[in-house]
Amino acid sequence: MGFLFEDDNFSLFRDGFLQTIELSALSALLALLLGTLLAAFRVSPVPVLRAFGTAWVTLFRNTPLTLLFFAVEFGLPPLGVHFSHLVFGVLALGGYTASFVCEVIRSGINTVPLGQAEAARSLGMTFGQTLTLVVLPQAARTVLAPLSSVFIALPRNSAIAGAFSVGELYSVQQTFSERGYAIFAIFFWVACAYLVISAAVATLFRVLESRLAVAR
Amino acid sequence: MRTRRTLAVALCAVALTATAACGKDGSPGAAGAAASGSNAPTLPTYTVKTDVKIDSAILAEAKKRGQLIIGAKADQPFLGFEDVASGDRSGFDIEIAKMIAADLGFTPQQIKWQTLVSSQREPAIAKGQIDFYVGTYSINDERKKSVSFAGPYYIAGQDFLVKNDNTSITGPESVTGKNICTATGSTSIKNIQQYNAKVTQFDTYSACVEKLMAGEVDAVTTDDAILKGYASKFAGKLKVVGKPFTKENYGVGLNKDDAALRGAISDALKAHEDNGDWKKAYDATLGLSGSAAPTPPALDRY
Repeated sequence: MGFLFEDDNFSLFRDGFLQTIELSALSALLALLLGTLLAAFRVSPVPVLRAFGTAWVTLFRNTPLTLLFFAVEFGLPPLGVHFSHLVFGVLALGGYTASFVCEVIRSGINTVPLGQAEAARSLGMTFGQTLTLVVLPQAARTVLAPLSSVFIALPRNSAIAGAFSVGELYSVQQTFSERGYAIFAIFFWVACAYLVISAAVATLFRVLESRLAVAR
Repeated sequence: MRTRRTLAVALCAVALTATAACGKDGSPGAAGAAASGSNAPTLPTYTVKTDVKIDSAILAEAKKRGQLIIGAKADQPFLGFEDVASGDRSGFDIEIAKMIAADLGFTPQQIKWQTLVSSQREPAIAKGQIDFYVGTYSINDERKKSVSFAGPYYIAGQDFLVKNDNTSITGPESVTGKNICTATGSTSIKNIQQYNAKVTQFDTYSACVEKLMAGEVDAVTTDDAILKGYASKFAGKLKVVGKPFTKENYGVGLNKDDAALRGAISDALKAHEDNGDWKKAYDATLGLSGSAAPTPPALDRY
């Protein structure tokens, strides 16, 4: 267990930890924005947008994440798209998680009684106003619990980025293994780090749930 | 109706993009078959010895079983490689294993290969799951605590794999600021970081080589034996710089206590180095990269 505090191991571990947080936070932001947008697409009256939303979800939710990382990391540069490895990671992870966020939010939208939207429309609100002012705020409350599951899964999925040149916890674990430390000790600390992140996300959602709860 | 048609069009577009992308990523091996010419060097054949008398417990067990179990790598082209479709093993390390097996009295058909990644080697040898291991196995004191080594049969060193027309990378001093690719977490990173190179890390060397071919990294670095394998696979496109700056003695790993087997494997290596099989095996595998065969290293018997 004590190996973490020898040599420069701790600074390596800390860098990996911070990189995992950075990657996860950026991906979560992208997933939330893109996912909400896709959900709006999927319930919109415009057929092309609906088709786009459905296609995105079908494609990204059904593709293994490793494959998506490969597609982004090895497919985009030949097309002239050059970003840092972190940005590529955020694109793959964010795009993947967005498909899950989209479906969760869409399920929330479906819980809002149709009469709400009809009432908003009859008051002369546009589709955008109806969605952002009436439907989404109500939908968001009901989907907090499933959303927290999606966002707790995200940091753990981020480990795949370690195989694609992002120096996060997985690649730190690889480095420690290569240096010959006991596997159990390495995984203990890496597991602790993921536990801290997951617990923080879970706490955040619990606070949100109690803040946004309405008496029914 | 219109909705359906739009949906169908959109799905078709997505499907087409997906297949196009697959075509781009999927077949890195297409260019790799260029290595066989009309006067390409051929692999040596080894005469299997019949009256082998070695006082080794492991060998006695293998005789009884009728099979020699050899551990190897499976993902290093022209070094230790398994063709997944046919199950055929090929490469320099595989040849070394075959020549040893022949001197121990086993035909190639009597060899049972077992793929083991680096971290599984010592446990597998210690538990007796394999009889011996041939696969870029560096001899060092830490490992000698749990296994013993016959050899060395090859001296490797960290080197650079670059595109054939690259003249700017000539050795470790020339990589400052260059983008260098290697395997995630490997010891090669530490060696290269002190020369202020920009390091890119992927899970496999083949991913690094892919990036090198695409021109997104300037060089791939690890042991020259592994690099020569890739240079052989992409002969004419990639080359090894040839200025190794570390030293790794590749040995055959085996049980710590079986001194008789260790001696027999060293004898076998010596015999095949002397009769030219070693060089023939090199020329037909790693030699295809254009790097000339080194002289086999002196054995370290203990």
